[in-house]
Amino acid sequence: MQALDAIVQNYNYAITVFLMVSGLYIVIASGNMIKKIVGLSLFQTSVYLLYISAGKILGGTAPIIDRNYTIYSNPLPHVLILTAIVVGIATVALGLAIVARIHEEYGTIEEDEIFKETGL
Amino acid sequence: MSVGLLTSVALAAGAAQAAGGHAVAAKPFILTEHLPILIVVIPLLAAALTAMLRNGRVAWAISLAVSWILPILAVMLILQVEEKGIISYALGGWAPPVGIEYRVDIVNAFVLLIVSVVGAIAMPYALRTVELDIDEPQRAWFYAIYLLALTGLLGMTITGDAFNIFVFMEVSSLAMYVMIAMGRDRRALIAAYQYLIMGTIGATFYVIGVGFLYVVTGSLNMADIALRIGPAFAESSPPVMAALAFIVVGISLKLALFPLHVWLPNAYAFAPKFATVFLAATATKVAVYILLRFYFSIFGSAISLTDLPITEMLLILSIAAMFIASVMAIYEDNIERMLAFSSVAQIGYITLGIALANKSGVAGSVVHLMNHAAMKAALFAAIGAILYRVGTARMSELGGIGRTMPLTMAAFVIGGLSIIGVPGTAGFISKWYLGVGAIEHGWWVVAFLIVASSLISIIYIGRFVEVAYFQPVSEASEKGSDPPFSMMLSIVVFTALTIYLGLDTAWSGQLAEKVAAVLVGGLAQ
Amino acid sequence: MKLDLILRVTTKAILPFILLFALYVHFHGDYGPGGGFQAGVIAAGMVILYSIVFGVEAAQRVISQRLVATMVPLGVLIYGATGVISFLYGANYLDYGVLGHDSKHGHHLGILLVESGVIITVAGTMTAIFYAFVQRGR
Repeated sequence: MQALDAIVQNYNYAITVFLMVSGLYIVIASGNMIKKIVGLSLFQTSVYLLYISAGKILGGTAPIIDRNYTIYSNPLPHVLILTAIVVGIATVALGLAIVARIHEEYGTIEEDEIFKETGL
Repeated sequence: MSVGLLTSVALAAGAAQAAGGHAVAAKPFILTEHLPILIVVIPLLAAALTAMLRNGRVAWAISLAVSWILPILAVMLILQVEEKGIISYALGGWAPPVGIEYRVDIVNAFVLLIVSVVGAIAMPYALRTVELDIDEPQRAWFYAIYLLALTGLLGMTITGDAFNIFVFMEVSSLAMYVMIAMGRDRRALIAAYQYLIMGTIGATFYVIGVGFLYVVTGSLNMADIALRIGPAFAESSPPVMAALAFIVVGISLKLALFPLHVWLPNAYAFAPKFATVFLAATATKVAVYILLRFYFSIFGSAISLTDLPITEMLLILSIAAMFIASVMAIYEDNIERMLAFSSVAQIGYITLGIALANKSGVAGSVVHLMNHAAMKAALFAAIGAILYRVGTARMSELGGIGRTMPLTMAAFVIGGLSIIGVPGTAGFISKWYLGVGAIEHGWWVVAFLIVASSLISIIYIGRFVEVAYFQPVSEASEKGSDPPFSMMLSIVVFTALTIYLGLDTAWSGQLAEKVAAVLVGGLAQ
Repeated sequence: MKLDLILRVTTKAILPFILLFALYVHFHGDYGPGGGFQAGVIAAGMVILYSIVFGVEAAQRVISQRLVATMVPLGVLIYGATGVISFLYGANYLDYGVLGHDSKHGHHLGILLVESGVIITVAGTMTAIFYAFVQRGR
């Protein structure tokens, strides 16, 4: 019961772990190259949540100095994650571009068919 | 840098100020103060410029100029560090640990030198091979991407900010995926895709680890983290352990530590020839540097790593890499893939030195970063030349190639001797340090295994030497002749470097020992 | 394409507003939420909407692939050059404080210049990605 309570209270971390593990599972288990990229993207998304969770301060507001507020959220994780999102976009776009080229060359995006053909 | 240019820069600043009527006091631009940022910004701006100009020859000329300037900057940085100690450069005027800090000590100055020198020597090689490998509309983009990869590698090395490492890591990795995917062989696409998946998982693991470190220490500046991690570990150890696990596994993917090396052989074998030479000599080396940094300077300063199973893990995986990858190299017919497996084995030696964690062992790792860069670049450049002339890298088709391409094969033999670790070549020096380190540690068996694994490399190097010199000249080999001057230049310089680093150890050995002392010193604190 | 009159007319009608909104987000990026990245994506969204409704060829008559391929490195150059200007005043790279007559104005100007580089590169990159994918498999 206590363990369940801990999970419910830290639901953000539970979601992070769920996204992380399911993303990684798709990357490993799926043989479809597009699905692998989807899994990779999911895996990266979990990291965004991990960082944002660390930046949230209970009761904190946007970090713009104002006389009426004393508690501010930490803006740094958001900035870092903005950068990570951009990196993620670039990775996904490049991955999809490579998959598009693979489809043109091989006529398939199933890994096992390609491995059978090339003997890699 | 000429005095004239400096004056004109100062004049421009003065003129701009007079025109704008600014109240800020003019401080003249002093080149030596801005070295840490220039070494990153010059290739970055050059990359944008080459992409704008869209002409293959011009792009090559710009890349050549940039690649030759960077080693000068790297040498100036080393001299500055030796003279004044650690250099700290605050980006955007935000003082560390709040802002991003470029922090140069002898360790990363040394790695900067390796990366920039490899780029400088490899650049003449690019001229002909890129003409063959890449179609004209894409050539300028290819050079732009090479410069971006260089920017990323130099940035990873020089920055003192853990998250900044991630950004530069992805800049260099994305550039490398593109470089590999541009190979002529259609299997290059599969290689690039595999590398992209594995590389991104590695980088994401790394960033998760940095996230844990940030949560427990509240800092991203590596020097600051090193100070705060001790108390944080005393308060609550699980997040720090998780961070250690994630970071080590993530970087191990990038540096192709044995069971995580699957992406490497195909990536090296199917990439354009120039990309293979450059990547084989630099990419994994910078990843090793990041591992050294985190392992010794950050985690090593707070936790007694010898109490954790991580040392044994590294030791076992290193030895497995040395043997299994070497055996895989023996059974490989494609010489580029053979050399790639040999790279995995050589990375095993480097991580072995890290596992030893004493001064001689780490010095062995550090000196092997440089030695392996020189000899692998020489070997891949030689094979690239054979591919350039003959069009195949299959050992079974290359009988008698030593007679039609004598100089190229001579370079290959010297590089191969260095891989084996014959005295007089660079490889011997690394193995000597590692052996001494293992004996100092009391691990006699490990010292024996270092020698035993070298014997395996005799087999795979010897196999191709036998084919090249003692078999009749095959149909394919008859087309061979030594490559054009620009390519030969790179091959000869890399080979000469391999011999020089093996004979004159006064300079390289001393530098490596200094670097090791800084790293292991962090461990002892 | 003749039947979707409403789609065509509304697209034409809202295009300028999308661009205006992109510029709004861009120029308010240093004081409010927004900035060059978001603005660049919105501006690229305008091109993408136009090419979905009127066809890529029509869009490329206005925003050619050559232009897009120039925008990508151009933005990086602007960003990098902004940092280099700080050198000329003897400050560290990307230290905007020295650009204006006081630190506040300097930062304002510096952020605007850097964000201009970002909007150009992001808009160019997003459009380039769209063009690259849409022309495949024809």
